[in-house]
Amino acid sequence: MSNGSSITLDAPPIGIEGQGYFLTSLDQVVGMARKNSLWPLPFATSCCGIEFMGTMASHYDLAQFGSERLSFSPRQADMLMVMGTIAKKMGPILRQVYTQMAEPKWVISVGACACSGGIFDSYSVLQGIDKIIPVDVYVPGCPPRPEQILDGVNRLQELVQNETIRRRDSPEYKALLRSYGIDIK
Amino acid sequence: MEVDKQKVVDSLIQQFEGNVGNIEETYGLTTLQVRKSSIFEVIKYLKEEQSFTLLTDVCGMHFPDNDPEMQFAVVYHIHNLFKNIRLRLRVFLPADNPEVDSMVDVFSSANWQERETYDFFGIIFKNHPNLVRILNMDEMEVFPLRKEFPLEDGGRIDKDDRFFGRSIHNE
Repeated sequence: MSNGSSITLDAPPIGIEGQGYFLTSLDQVVGMARKNSLWPLPFATSCCGIEFMGTMASHYDLAQFGSERLSFSPRQADMLMVMGTIAKKMGPILRQVYTQMAEPKWVISVGACACSGGIFDSYSVLQGIDKIIPVDVYVPGCPPRPEQILDGVNRLQELVQNETIRRRDSPEYKALLRSYGIDIK
Repeated sequence: MEVDKQKVVDSLIQQFEGNVGNIEETYGLTTLQVRKSSIFEVIKYLKEEQSFTLLTDVCGMHFPDNDPEMQFAVVYHIHNLFKNIRLRLRVFLPADNPEVDSMVDVFSSANWQERETYDFFGIIFKNHPNLVRILNMDEMEVFPLRKEFPLEDGGRIDKDDRFFGRSIHNE
């Protein structure tokens, strides 16, 4: 890269560097790759979904963090973004979408409604999606601004980078899913 | 228009003597109370003889403080598009047996509206082809818009009554 460029590269993972080689652990490399290629699955039901459209569009440009490609198939997605009020009737559908996603998978809960039911303290609304699926990052706001959603994605990237390759094998993860009644093979 | 409306009301009273009454006029909308036994015939008559071709709305009401014979009500809004006359019909139903004839045979549009009324108030529409819940989850066991049912979700633990002015002296 030529001198004077304003582009800064991501810091390399911790490792041993020498002439022509770089030694690090597989976890770190895979974590870095995963972190910068998260495919989001937008599960947008209301106004937070509109904010997400702004987040994806060129002005805020979620693609700069490696999430260029939205996946509308749960099978190909890594990051489930739940945006909006989830009615109790919608709960089983959300849960099915989550279980259809392949490991590794992460969940961001965007907005007050998805996090806690928000203003809809009502018989018909699920009081937070963490009642039915595990959540990694909560983004507060009603609705949150695109900057907040981007911050949520960045926080998730930190988690993704520092996780082991096969998180799904860890007893903690299995216990967590089991506590939600989700069977893991 | 007012003359036309009065004609319709008069013809209803003449046609269904004793079963239509309690005529009120609120905000320009004439409301009639109809006996449960004749509501089907009244609406059929309005559609076929008086050209009220649009059933705008069917909804329920719950008055827990009323006489047990009048605790539930079904409200029909019906519209004559040719002369632009609107009427509101009310049928009161007893608490122990909230049952009324379905309008589906006259207005197909009543199908979903009656399902919704059943869903929220538990009012039974006789002869309805498919009287099941339409908006709420199928597993729900209560009729949520009945007044005895709490509107808020019981499972919420992050709410402190002190911050909502619901405890004595906010303690």
